Amino acid sequence: MENDPLEPVSKSPQEILPTIEVQHISKRFPGVMALDDVSLQFFPGEVHAVVGENGAGKSTLMKIMSGAYIPDSGDIYLGGEKVTFNHPQAAQLKGISIIYQEFNLLPERTVAHNIFLGREPSRFGTMDIRQMNKKARDVLKEIGVEKMISPSALASSLSVAEQQLVEIAKAISFKAKVLIMDEPTAALTYTEVGLLDDLIGRLKQKGMSVIFISHRLREVFDIAEKITVLKDGKFVKTVSKKDVAPADVVYLMVGRTLDHYFPPLGKPEDFGEVVLKIKDASNTLLQGIQFELRKGEVLGIAGLQGSGRTELAQALFGVMPFKSGSMELHGKAIAIRNPFKAIRNKMGFVTEDRKSEGIAPRQPIRDNMLLTVRAIQNLFGVLLKDGIRKSRKLVPMLGKQVDIKTDSYDREAQYLSGGNQQKVVLAKWLASDADVFIFDEPTRGIDVESKAGIHDMIRELTKRGIAVLMISSELPEIIGMSDRILVMADHKVAGELPAKSSENEIMLMATGHSNAVIQNAASSGKE
Amino acid sequence: MTTATVTANGFRRVLRSIHIPPVYFFLILIFIAGGLLDQVFADGQIFSNPAIMLNIVVRSVALGIVAVGQSLVIIGASIDLSVAYTISITAVMSSYIMVGKTENVPMAILGVFGIGALIGLANGLIITKLHVNPFIATLGTSLIVKGIINASFSNYTGSVPKSFEYFGYGKIGPIPVSIFILVIIVMGGWFLLARTKFGSHLYGVGGNSEVARLSGVRTDRVLIIAHVICSMTAVLAGLFLVSQMRSGAPWVGPNGVYDLNSIATTVIGGTALAGGKGGVWGTLGGVLIFGVLETVFNQLGVNPYIKTFLQGAIIVLAVASYTIRSKKEAA
Repeated sequence: MENDPLEPVSKSPQEILPTIEVQHISKRFPGVMALDDVSLQFFPGEVHAVVGENGAGKSTLMKIMSGAYIPDSGDIYLGGEKVTFNHPQAAQLKGISIIYQEFNLLPERTVAHNIFLGREPSRFGTMDIRQMNKKARDVLKEIGVEKMISPSALASSLSVAEQQLVEIAKAISFKAKVLIMDEPTAALTYTEVGLLDDLIGRLKQKGMSVIFISHRLREVFDIAEKITVLKDGKFVKTVSKKDVAPADVVYLMVGRTLDHYFPPLGKPEDFGEVVLKIKDASNTLLQGIQFELRKGEVLGIAGLQGSGRTELAQALFGVMPFKSGSMELHGKAIAIRNPFKAIRNKMGFVTEDRKSEGIAPRQPIRDNMLLTVRAIQNLFGVLLKDGIRKSRKLVPMLGKQVDIKTDSYDREAQYLSGGNQQKVVLAKWLASDADVFIFDEPTRGIDVESKAGIHDMIRELTKRGIAVLMISSELPEIIGMSDRILVMADHKVAGELPAKSSENEIMLMATGHSNAVIQNAASSGKE
Repeated sequence: MTTATVTANGFRRVLRSIHIPPVYFFLILIFIAGGLLDQVFADGQIFSNPAIMLNIVVRSVALGIVAVGQSLVIIGASIDLSVAYTISITAVMSSYIMVGKTENVPMAILGVFGIGALIGLANGLIITKLHVNPFIATLGTSLIVKGIINASFSNYTGSVPKSFEYFGYGKIGPIPVSIFILVIIVMGGWFLLARTKFGSHLYGVGGNSEVARLSGVRTDRVLIIAHVICSMTAVLAGLFLVSQMRSGAPWVGPNGVYDLNSIATTVIGGTALAGGKGGVWGTLGGVLIFGVLETVFNQLGVNPYIKTFLQGAIIVLAVASYTIRSKKEAA
């Protein structure tokens, strides 16, 4: 840790001036107290994680610290001096940079344009593009990725991880003293997370305060030194990593231990006949796919980013259909050429990208739930009186089944938390009577408690005789949920593993070489 | 790798580095097709007479000028439906003030640019501060301006002095002044978009307004400025038209369908209606396509309704081809 040069190193952090401090911050949104009298300090050269369930107020706090929201009450101190931010730019100028959860790049602009958006270098009143590219290269060099990313590349041509790095470069370029990252690792693979680790280490060395929000506790423990827990908008506790175990933190977040994290796996007598059988199926993105899915089981699909996991789901559901090979549903040969046909054949697809593919954000919860039913029934029939009466009963019933927390089903779906939105998507497919469910990253970006709820629900589905195919990049989830595990590598099925296989076994198969040293293997195990 | 492929790749790289918008492919295709038809069915002047070629551009001047402004607001994910009546009010007001006297010209020009700035400012403020959808906001101002014109003028009003006609009919050497003006406006539009902070911010606002705001861009201000510039281009187009017509008529804007045509040519040029992507060179290509169509149909002397039909087909074809292309790239 690098201390203020004027201070003796032996002093405890309490005597060092915090880089940034919030005192008694409160913020109310319509119907909810997002933050309630929260006070926190962040010190230079320190990596500080803020954890809590969705709705705990983490993101709101970060947005207040970065000037995107104005608090109802409370103060912000920067290096001991009271500040007020009424625009994100004001915070940036004071050295506070934030990287938001959603990607914040303009896809059609170059890396350099993205990094310097809003403060492009100019000369004689015109933008100096050469200078901008040069400065962008310098910033990329500062974080050690100048060989990976060209300043003149379009943002849309970069991978998700590279885009994340550009965002960090952008944040650094503000001469930031405080770097706030909201879920920086949510979209990254394990190796990419490693890259981020190194980077954060280097920023720390420079005396920067790094604050980050994450749902992945393992990363919190890998990266952070201090962990602050928020719950329901209130401050719970700040702990040092070395004093606690992950289970303690989860306990602080949700008030229960990790043991209940995953529901018990299915028993052999739970599994029924083969529902879905794929043989030698290929399309432009997949080769020779072959597997069987049984009634009542969860078949986990593991694999690295780009191995074809999501493409498999899309092929099965007819989004990018198979071009060759055979597919049998309930023993009958079938070709699913489009999603409509998949739905007609009682398949349900809970997509990875909730926001753009799962829910209609401005539609009420009610209509979201009924979307699929209405799509496959007579176009006008459902809207007749009878249909409306039926839907009046159906919606609360579904809501209860999936346990959506809302005061009204007429509320627009966009106001629900991520976990509750996912439940709406689930309800949508339940309404359509689907008996084959495909989940693509069912709990990405969802807090621990809702996660457990969704896992319980997936298991509940299998007890009703539904066959579940679950794609996930989180190995603990794959291991905790799957009755069998299919591992994908290089657009093919690399092999099948039994329930409770270790992360090591899965990673070996996914990477395709047997003596690979698996990162994080030591710290893994059942979370 | 053979030398041929190396050169081909090099050539492609050069092409890509200068970013020729794909619309020019359509333009050349339509020009050749039109010229061939002209060879077969008419006097073949499209290919042989340079004056006709110049005329294609001259025809495109008014639309080209407005379309540059329209491109700016569309890149900012906005739209301006009020340009047609801004052109009309410019035409009638300027010739009303000039009444054929050269000494009144500066006052007239100042007056109409003032009016234009006011309309653009109103558009921008209504969209950014009152949060009215741009389509509705500019439709509203358009109707307001239309009402004012119809209440005050019903026919040709005033006239422009001989000196002012230079704008519409003058020549520098063999080339009409108006072509220079079009080129200057397009270059100006390009410069604004590609070489100024304003342009960069406008792409940001159009691409993702929230991202731009969080990056410190004063998004409202940027969009308001874009709308003011757009209305100014409409004023300039109106001045050009009135100098050609010699007297302002209230129907000049809507008769030329400058609102929808400027949007159409912008979109044909490859600017995304959703904003954040595109440029004025593409728009110029779109405008020239309309100019070529007009000239070809004039030459052939066939039913002008077919021209409208073709314009519609080209809009659909061009935009569909861009979407398919970008999908392929994505896959």
